[in-house]
Amino acid sequence: MRTITVTKEDGSSVAIMAAPIDEVGANERADFFTKRSMKKESKLHALYLAMSMCDLTTLEGSDTPGRVRQMCEKARNPVPPDLINHFLQKKSLRPIPTVAAVCVYPSMVPVAAKALQGTGIGIASVATAFPSGQAPLDVKIADTKFAVENGATEIDMVINRGAFLSGNYQQMFDEIVEVKKACGEAHLKVILETGELGSYDRVRLASDIAMEAGADFIKTSTGKINPAATLPVTLVMLQAVADFHKRTGKKIGVKPAGGIRTSKQAIQYLCMVNEVLGPEWMNPHMFRFGASALVNDLLKQIYKEITGNYYYDKAFAID
Amino acid sequence: MTPFEYAPSLEGTDNVKIESKNKLFINGKFVAPSSNKYFPTINPATGETLAQIAEANAKDVDLAVKSARGAYNKVWAKMSGRDRGRYLYRIARIIQERSKEFMVLETLDNGKPIKESRDVDIPLVAAHFFYYAGWADKLDYIIPGKKVNSLGVVAQVIPWNFPLLMAAWKIAPALAAGNTVVIKPAETTSLSILLLAEVLEQAGLPDGVVNIVTGAGETGAALVNHKDINKVAFTGSTDVGKIIARSIANTNKKLTLELGGKSANIIFEDAAIDQAVEGVINGIFFNQGHVCCAGSRLLIEESISDMFVDKLKTRMNQLRVGNPLDKNTDIGAINSQAELTKIKGLIQTGITEGGNYFEANGSTLPSKGYFQNPCFFNGVSSAFTLSRVEVFGPVLAISTFRTAQEAVSKANDTQYGLAAGIWSEKGSKIHKVASQLRAGIIWANTYNKFDPASPFGGYNESGFGREGGRHGLFPYLEAK
Repeated sequence: MRTITVTKEDGSSVAIMAAPIDEVGANERADFFTKRSMKKESKLHALYLAMSMCDLTTLEGSDTPGRVRQMCEKARNPVPPDLINHFLQKKSLRPIPTVAAVCVYPSMVPVAAKALQGTGIGIASVATAFPSGQAPLDVKIADTKFAVENGATEIDMVINRGAFLSGNYQQMFDEIVEVKKACGEAHLKVILETGELGSYDRVRLASDIAMEAGADFIKTSTGKINPAATLPVTLVMLQAVADFHKRTGKKIGVKPAGGIRTSKQAIQYLCMVNEVLGPEWMNPHMFRFGASALVNDLLKQIYKEITGNYYYDKAFAID
Repeated sequence: MTPFEYAPSLEGTDNVKIESKNKLFINGKFVAPSSNKYFPTINPATGETLAQIAEANAKDVDLAVKSARGAYNKVWAKMSGRDRGRYLYRIARIIQERSKEFMVLETLDNGKPIKESRDVDIPLVAAHFFYYAGWADKLDYIIPGKKVNSLGVVAQVIPWNFPLLMAAWKIAPALAAGNTVVIKPAETTSLSILLLAEVLEQAGLPDGVVNIVTGAGETGAALVNHKDINKVAFTGSTDVGKIIARSIANTNKKLTLELGGKSANIIFEDAAIDQAVEGVINGIFFNQGHVCCAGSRLLIEESISDMFVDKLKTRMNQLRVGNPLDKNTDIGAINSQAELTKIKGLIQTGITEGGNYFEANGSTLPSKGYFQNPCFFNGVSSAFTLSRVEVFGPVLAISTFRTAQEAVSKANDTQYGLAAGIWSEKGSKIHKVASQLRAGIIWANTYNKFDPASPFGGYNESGFGREGGRHGLFPYLEAK
């Protein structure tokens, strides 16, 4: 079987086995999780959990400080207070959780940091010449450092797909190592951009390289490429995480991003994480959704579970 | 925080009406058995009686065969293939329309999880009728340059593991080819085929083309030994298959047998491991292991054996054993107390003979009904009972091999020869190994895939004759 070798900074080398993935089998297994049925209290619990795992995201060229401040407000107060609170009290349910983090471009980090001060909500920033990653390494490092210095607690970097696809695994590995150093205390999520990799075999290999290089999380997509996150691609990454955990004892998080818009989809992902990686991954420290529209669908479904009725969409602020 | 779990999600049973006394279906009518004897059918998930089923004796069987003969002579053999096809299409469509009733009834009577009757059994039943409906008007082209004839009255005896699906495998090709049918379901699972009788009525199938006689072994014997039968088709245990083969020797009856198996699932070190683990799970734990082609022997290349078995254990602990009506149940109830006793006995034998026993602990088994946790024996030698005897339950026998040659010789070291699975990402190896395996069905990088267009059947004591596809029609035809 093919093994690739990368050299670490200290001169030691790491052998990474290119574990083959059967595409038909992986798709079938992922499809299995769309058949799980979530009802009643377990559904409400799953919706709460999904909510707490969201990275509320805006990554547009047209982002302005005003828009980012608005989104941060939504992150702090996802639910219009008058709408649900009295139901929660009546049924003595716990308050609806806030999202895990907001996710913005580095230039917007200062705005988000100010808006979210003292809330405990994380500030994730895409860096390293997101989304293409086509920039020299020192630019990527500077990008990362800027974000961290201005208050980013999490960095979502993109891998160098050009290097990876041309077989230059060492370069891809080194870049992740360097960015990780630039992150300091900030958590590093490594975006594989699976929609550009072409096969599950490569998704698996890229996951393994990223984890060996020091990723705290592996993330599917930038959201700028179609297909973005899918269940089978995420499954392949979860299984890579399971094997890495078995081998090294290290627990790596996973973040599917892009294309997850409904509560139903989110619950399918949660079932999959639970059955592939187990309860230790069922929290925002180990699993995240990169999404924006999802938050409102979760709120809508939570409202429905609690009150028994649907509320019309306009009740929840767009962002 | 409460742990992430699935609340019970039960499929409703209100849409299914079960008669308390179920009669025989002869000549297009539901008739009481001449003995007036009935026996209970049990819901294996609760142990409670679902209904009473008529016991057909030799007199009833004779009536059924006569009605089939009459329908054959007067209507069915004379009808054009195109018109026969129209009935079959109609039956297929009605089954699809009433699939919810069928899936619930199948799960209640058989014990299989609702997700399997919903996603596998019933869709395949309809698919079989659709597939053979398409053949009915094309029989002139099935053997190039030859015309074909139907045989006459066909006696069919089917097992309890896929009650309705086995009925479809038998009835659809027989009718497409122009034969008429007397069929006997297994005594523990008669309900779904009796609902099929309603569908046949609804489709306007001429009286007597399909007759259903319920009962146990004696009914089956009376049917198989009836003088006016042209062909016998049996799916079930090898022991009963042998009895049937002996009993119809010296007669003109044609015979096909689809019997037991002890099929090997071969995992090479270059396989896609996580998908192979899934294939092993599906191979042996699908339908509680009540599958004649179950991958009940797992052969793993020694270099990956420990890692693979470890993953298998983790995965097995995720399997949810429990109420078959729950949509989240992966493994349902064992079909009967007798089967459960047999399975438990064989597990005891396995423990006595040696081999590392592992039983999944992911579920709390219901207090009522017949349930068995999925389990395996690791390090099983070829001489052990569990390597040779068909358990027909969720029990896997694991051993290792070092070379492809050894894998082939171990896989072929069996009295059976029904199915095999090969797991490798190396295409040339798959072809080489497949060509050396003595098994009727060989899956590569998958397992337990069924399609009406694909022939199914075995070597050696797994039987003879093929069902499904073009090949599945030959046993119901003769070339002129």
